[in-house]
Amino acid sequence: MSPSSAGALKEAFDDIREAFARIHIATIFGWQDVAQRYRRSRIGAFWLTINMGVMIGALGVIFGTLFRTPLTDFLPFICAGVIIWGFLSTCINEGCASFIEAGGVILQVRMPLFIHIMRVLWRNTIILGHNLIILPVVLLAVGKYPGMAVFLVLPGFLLVVFNVGWIMLVLAVVCTRFRDMTQVAQNFMQVLFYATPIVWMPSSLPQSSVSSVLELNPFYHLISLVRDPLLGQVPETMDWMIGVVLAIVGWAFALVFFGRYRRRVPYWL
Amino acid sequence: MPRIQLDHVTVEFPVFNAATRSLKNRILNTVVGASIGKRDGHVVVRGLDDVSLTISDGDRIGLVGHNGAGKTTLLRLLSGIYTPTVGSATIDGECVSLINTTLGIDPEATGRENIRLRAAMMGMTRAEIRERSEEIAEFSGLGEFLDMPFRTYSTGMQLRLAFAASTSISPEILIMDEWLSTGDEDFMEKANTRLRDIVSATNILVLASHSRSLLLENCQRVIWLEHGKFRMDGPAREVADAYFHRPEAASLRPIGGR
Repeated sequence: MSPSSAGALKEAFDDIREAFARIHIATIFGWQDVAQRYRRSRIGAFWLTINMGVMIGALGVIFGTLFRTPLTDFLPFICAGVIIWGFLSTCINEGCASFIEAGGVILQVRMPLFIHIMRVLWRNTIILGHNLIILPVVLLAVGKYPGMAVFLVLPGFLLVVFNVGWIMLVLAVVCTRFRDMTQVAQNFMQVLFYATPIVWMPSSLPQSSVSSVLELNPFYHLISLVRDPLLGQVPETMDWMIGVVLAIVGWAFALVFFGRYRRRVPYWL
Repeated sequence: MPRIQLDHVTVEFPVFNAATRSLKNRILNTVVGASIGKRDGHVVVRGLDDVSLTISDGDRIGLVGHNGAGKTTLLRLLSGIYTPTVGSATIDGECVSLINTTLGIDPEATGRENIRLRAAMMGMTRAEIRERSEEIAEFSGLGEFLDMPFRTYSTGMQLRLAFAASTSISPEILIMDEWLSTGDEDFMEKANTRLRDIVSATNILVLASHSRSLLLENCQRVIWLEHGKFRMDGPAREVADAYFHRPEAASLRPIGGR
């Protein structure tokens, strides 16, 4: 019994509205996921930050030398890029398994399914907060000051979260039904890491058709929405437009899709 | 007013194996053009088969039936977790299931933190969690252990905490699978009183059990499920007599009983 499109929309809306009404469940458990890392280790989630810091340092030196880019420009660029990419890709990868992991809860407590997505989002936002402390250290080391444009990071990040949200919701449903999709999504994100300017700068591309292909990569625009302000630049109008259009189209699709299959999710667990 | 209405409900499960859980196989099958019967390769199991049921305010319903008869499916349907594949289910009222009382508990977290986690899992609001935490802590009787990690507790203490946090509610519809185990002896009496209070305060009770005395004590109506259908639905004593005295039950009855 699949509901009609209008019925599906209403069902999806109801689920998400109810999830926001009970958002404390998502924040309590999302926080708990991070707190777990602190219990047996004094620095807890900062281990992830240390890992990321080491990776940024290594990638910065290797690719900076490879592309002959001055480290004072390249290091902040790769630092901001890797941090925000870390958030984006972990959200999407963990989003795939969010219903599967919450299976025990879903089969026992009637609770909006979107809560489980919000929990993953919240957990990764807290971890992002940890990782973000690498950036001022790097900026200080190379002697850069981002200026007032840094405040644009808030609307930029919000737009990224909006987009990540619908992607997670769709993938969570698909991956619950088809378990091999989790691997497919992870591979896809791995490829995207190299296909998106994160460890290389758009300026190192040969001027030609290649850079116009880059414009087609939505993740490039999403990353820029957060990375540019962090580096003291104002994101291009194109980035904002793509971000907004992607969010609208994505959510329209996600709501219909989620509404249609929401009832099936418990049966697939 | 809390009310449950099932109208010709059928619940069917797809049973997936590794092959049918795979999108790759699904696409390959479609491309290769496997026979239609096999394309949707998974087996479908009928958990409930055309059942209708009305439960009104004040009803105390017992569920019997042997394993695989559809009890869990029916409990999940009544909790609003499963939606019928065919037919309609209306569940009016706030519903709480006391089936797994340790759901949400994090063994590494302290007792106090776990009270909060468990209370959130039970569907309490932030304000309710704040209000009840102290009462739950006190009821558990764990004292200074509350600030120790849950994993360091003895089994009895773990049960106490889970029980205290899970029963600090007054739902309109209460769903239970057997009576909750209440841990060590000095706690048992206190716990049973509390559980009895909740059961009598709730508007609707649905209790699945293999214990005749438990059913007769708490329910006025019992439903006997068999192969996803209602074999019998009537006054508790009548159905319990029929169910527990059926020929095949004699060999299954626990020695000594309860």
